[in-house]
Amino acid sequence: MAHPQHAAARRGRSLASREALQGFVFVSPWILGFLLFTAGPMLFSLYASFTNYDITSQMAWIGFKNYDTMLNHDPLFWKSLRNTLYFVAISVPLQTVAGMLLAVILNRRMLGIRLFRTVFYLPSVLSGVGVYVLWMMLLSPSAGLVNLALSWLGIDGPAWLTDPAWTKNAIILMKLWGAGSMMLLYLASLQGVPNKLYEAAELDGAGRLRKFWHVTLPMITPVIFFEIVTGFIGGFQIFQEGYVMGYGNDPGAPMNSLLFYNLHMFLKAFKVFDMGYAMAMAWFLFLIVLLLTLINLTLSRFWVHYEGGEQ
Amino acid sequence: MNMATFSKREYAREREQARKIALMKASPAKPLRSKLSTLLLFLLMTLVGLLMLVPLWWMISTSLKSMREIMSYPPTIVPEQVHWDNYVHAWQKGHFGRYALNTLLLAGIVVFSHVLSNTFVAYGFAKIRFKGKKLLFSIMLGTMMIPSFVTLIPQYILFSKLHWINTYLPLTVPGFFGSAFQIFLVRQFFMTIPNELIEAGKVDGANHFRIWWQLMLPLSLPVIATIAIMTFQGAWNDFTGPLIYINSESLFNLQIGLQAFKSTETTQWHYLMAGSVIVLLPVVLLFFLFQKYFIEGMNISSATKG
Repeated sequence: MAHPQHAAARRGRSLASREALQGFVFVSPWILGFLLFTAGPMLFSLYASFTNYDITSQMAWIGFKNYDTMLNHDPLFWKSLRNTLYFVAISVPLQTVAGMLLAVILNRRMLGIRLFRTVFYLPSVLSGVGVYVLWMMLLSPSAGLVNLALSWLGIDGPAWLTDPAWTKNAIILMKLWGAGSMMLLYLASLQGVPNKLYEAAELDGAGRLRKFWHVTLPMITPVIFFEIVTGFIGGFQIFQEGYVMGYGNDPGAPMNSLLFYNLHMFLKAFKVFDMGYAMAMAWFLFLIVLLLTLINLTLSRFWVHYEGGEQ
Repeated sequence: MNMATFSKREYAREREQARKIALMKASPAKPLRSKLSTLLLFLLMTLVGLLMLVPLWWMISTSLKSMREIMSYPPTIVPEQVHWDNYVHAWQKGHFGRYALNTLLLAGIVVFSHVLSNTFVAYGFAKIRFKGKKLLFSIMLGTMMIPSFVTLIPQYILFSKLHWINTYLPLTVPGFFGSAFQIFLVRQFFMTIPNELIEAGKVDGANHFRIWWQLMLPLSLPVIATIAIMTFQGAWNDFTGPLIYINSESLFNLQIGLQAFKSTETTQWHYLMAGSVIVLLPVVLLFFLFQKYFIEGMNISSATKG
């Protein structure tokens, strides 16, 4: 016969362990999915990146050959990396600033404010081939609306999608059209800035610009930081634009100016089935993104302001 | 229900307060300079807003023109003659009927799977105590940083070994295992539901499974709507997935169909634009019908960043 107190403790323990078991049951779909679709594939791809895997024939260990080819013998690798970096370096800051400017302007009482917010947000919910086709028409050198509008201003517009020097800028312009999704996040965070702070600044005689610089900007740094981190991660994934909008239905054309990193990887994997090489490229991308995120995180300590002390 | 009326009342009260404060602020006659700058900003925003809408207008306008009119210079802003038959042509020549059905089927399964699995897993992370939960949760957040292309190729190999290529299985099955971002989103929402409710459910003899199904899900309709719309939008616009896994034309979705249509109708802008309108219209309609949830999804995710 067990002591009643022990029995209660045991019952408590078994209740707790039953609870824990149920907890695992609830999160098990994600754990399984993580093992099957993320961790497993990543481990496999790490291994396969050291092989000549091409799906059909036996895979053979070839050491660092894929990585060596990538870094030393594939000019398109560097081209695609440069294309992607160019896109990320210009597009991410531009969208961040545009989204913030829109939000700051729209964060006030103004006639038709809801309509404005809707209009600026709407383009960002549209994506995919329909949008690409639309912009291919708008950016057409002779018949396109963009160059027509530029000609009204006396500007001779470039041959956006056919001139290799301009193709990436064309994509950046198209992406700017969808900057409204960022606006929304900034609006939400602007509304969280306590009015007290503005009143205090006003008492100190701060004008509009000084209030923005010394109150608004520091208070919304967490959102700016978030936008930059996710912007970088998302920016490095650019692929469809280069695939669909390539000149003459040729992915990445003209002259590989739209051959983004992921597009190069995609073509290596699914057009020539050089899977081992593509997976080496994928790992290299992962390291770049990881490194950039870590740099972002480290730098954030110096400029991101969290209310209520350090995060 | 109680919660909804309460928040509505509170909302009304807050609005009233905001109105009073605004009145107080506005009454001592705002300086003219500030009024003027508001007017200037209004005009500027109107201009920029119109610029944002021009592409959409141009798409609709072109889709209703004849090819001859599109080629004429200078271009017309409103079609001289409205050609609804462009849509008929695009719909039939583009086989959009079949693709639309495929896309709807895919989106339906994907939305169902996401709502089911993400609320299920989120409940475990939000409301049940167990060892290792924190670690698992941080791993899950970490996976959001992995670019999708890193897993795309090995996943393709996995699915090809399973002989799932050219079926909808690779596009639908992973959804039943949850997605990190949405689990995170739903968990944030679940955290706001008081634990007392769950304790009360337990006292009534319900297990966690029943509490999730009969208590949490009905209380979480706003966040469910948010993830459902988000997922629908993603599934509707999915291009990369079908591009990789689907070869048979009869299984194409609208995105792939439109891409194929683009290469066959490459210079016929009126048909191409009609096709684009057909593909984009549902998302625009969805946006206007459920604007609140588009915005709510963003707000929930932003509320957790500060």
